[in-house]
Amino acid sequence: MSETQLIFQLSQPGRSAVSQAPKALADDKLSAIPAHLRRKQKPALPEVSEMQVVRHYTNLSSKNFAIDKQFYPLGSCTMKYNPRGANRAAMLPGFLNRHPLAPETHSQGFLSCMFELQNFLKEVTGMKGVSLAPMAGAQGEFAGVAMIRAYHEARGDEGRTEILIPEAAHGTNPATAVMCGYKVREVPVGKDGDVDLDALKAACGPQTAGLMMTNPSTCGVFERQIEAIAKTVHEAGGLLYYDGANLNAILGKVRPGDMGFDVIHMNLHKTFATPHGGGGPGAGPVGVSERLLPYLPTPMAGQRDDGSYHWIDTDTLETSIGHLSAFMGNAGVLLRAYYYARSLGREGMIRVGEFSTLAANYLLKRLEAVGCTAAYPDRRASHEFILTFAKEAKELGVTAMDIAKRLLDYNQHAPTTYFPLLVPECFLIEPTETESKEALDEFVDAMAAILEEARTQPDMVKEAPFTQPVRRLDDVKAARELDLAWSE
Amino acid sequence: MSEIPAELRYASSHEWAKNDDGTVTVGITAHAQDAMGDLVYVELPEVGQVVAAGDEAGVVESVKAASDIYAPVSGEIVAINEALEDEPELVNNVPYEGGWLFKIAMSEESDLDNLLTADQYQAQIESE
Repeated sequence: MSETQLIFQLSQPGRSAVSQAPKALADDKLSAIPAHLRRKQKPALPEVSEMQVVRHYTNLSSKNFAIDKQFYPLGSCTMKYNPRGANRAAMLPGFLNRHPLAPETHSQGFLSCMFELQNFLKEVTGMKGVSLAPMAGAQGEFAGVAMIRAYHEARGDEGRTEILIPEAAHGTNPATAVMCGYKVREVPVGKDGDVDLDALKAACGPQTAGLMMTNPSTCGVFERQIEAIAKTVHEAGGLLYYDGANLNAILGKVRPGDMGFDVIHMNLHKTFATPHGGGGPGAGPVGVSERLLPYLPTPMAGQRDDGSYHWIDTDTLETSIGHLSAFMGNAGVLLRAYYYARSLGREGMIRVGEFSTLAANYLLKRLEAVGCTAAYPDRRASHEFILTFAKEAKELGVTAMDIAKRLLDYNQHAPTTYFPLLVPECFLIEPTETESKEALDEFVDAMAAILEEARTQPDMVKEAPFTQPVRRLDDVKAARELDLAWSE
Repeated sequence: MSEIPAELRYASSHEWAKNDDGTVTVGITAHAQDAMGDLVYVELPEVGQVVAAGDEAGVVESVKAASDIYAPVSGEIVAINEALEDEPELVNNVPYEGGWLFKIAMSEESDLDNLLTADQYQAQIESE
């Protein structure tokens, strides 16, 4: 098979695979579709044999870098290994075949899982209520800020037009605030990675609707003044939003509810056993403090006095911000999270936080010892940390991107590059608790070797990678020319 | 070291400003485009829009990042560089000439005094 052939190019008229062929539809099923809406010609689908399909996709999959094959230390993304068992449980026929409109009496098993998951998430985050409705992190953020808005409006507290966002926040936060009709005001971060408290105090006022914060931040450090920050924002009448992007590091150790946050979203597709990053389904449940309980998005799972489970919807929770999708979130992702939480238990959750932090700090110290420069050398890493190659870029002409590309030749997936934006020429590295010490050591060896290469043969490093199916891609062309349709 | 023409004024947020009888041409510095990398998209203000010094007046987007552009002086936008729609790379290639972003009819001449000189801007990027 050629490296570059598409499945469409393998097509031969009349060839087919029994397992892939569409089932012939009886005419009476088609009759419900009006004639003018039916297509006149057959769709252009590839006509290939089963063997061709299997080989084509197996070959393609082997070209990928993937957590199943390589270390994948993509910071800010928590690309940890997701146990197969969680997926197996979510795929049980009873879950898989349940229709979302099935009556409550036929969905007691599913509803009980959702009810318990709500309670686990409440406990692990220290919030008073949880809704599993948001379909992904971005929708969780939207729901969170929409609740902040609903809260201020219900109190007749108009004139709160601004959301404060620290520089070290997640990139989606400003987009969320604008989507909810707020203006964004950025709060600077000091040299040590903590929020500039004086600047925050100056920015807070009667126009402040809330503050959106990621803690630990994308600088990879835990915000030490969080209590003072919460006090400042609350005294100004604003609410505190917690972006759960980096929840993995503090799981079971510190609770956002105890830090003073009023609303939080969690990325179950990062922390709770669903693969993340393929654009596949996610789940972004929201948790709230007492005062935001009336606004939680629906539907939610509830339990009656007799122990049976039911849906809570806008007919009884009239103040809710309402539905975010046709049904309740992505059921499969929520079921994996339920299995994961049940199998870890309280003790296991704490170990996730401890071992992800230990792995990050071990890796940071070892990388510093082989000559890497930490962006915040005086700070303990939380779950992730930043290296900067500004020195290498200036003195050797070897950039963070060059080093990232060379890592691929060492069979290591590159960490996140050039993010967060406030550190030049940076790597954001997150090993997670699922990696062994040996895997971390291999990464350190690769980095040490590349730093040596950068000094002795910088031109070679700038040309990397050499061992992959493709060399450097033209990412400028890819960003400028977005039309990707294939035609014969 | 990237080029910093002596006759221009600079904002600490890396815009340059060139005054021609009250019409100020604005772009981003060679240093800024270098830090951004290859630009793929430039969002410009609308002609007729009134801005205050320090207001967001556009966005430049590269393969690495998106960054806001701030108006260095107050006034009305009187021209935008429409060539950038098809050729955002002009900002990378000729940041002080064909890569200009927009022109402002300045309402407060004194705004210029708040901007940095070439020497001051040079000192700022060295300390970064």
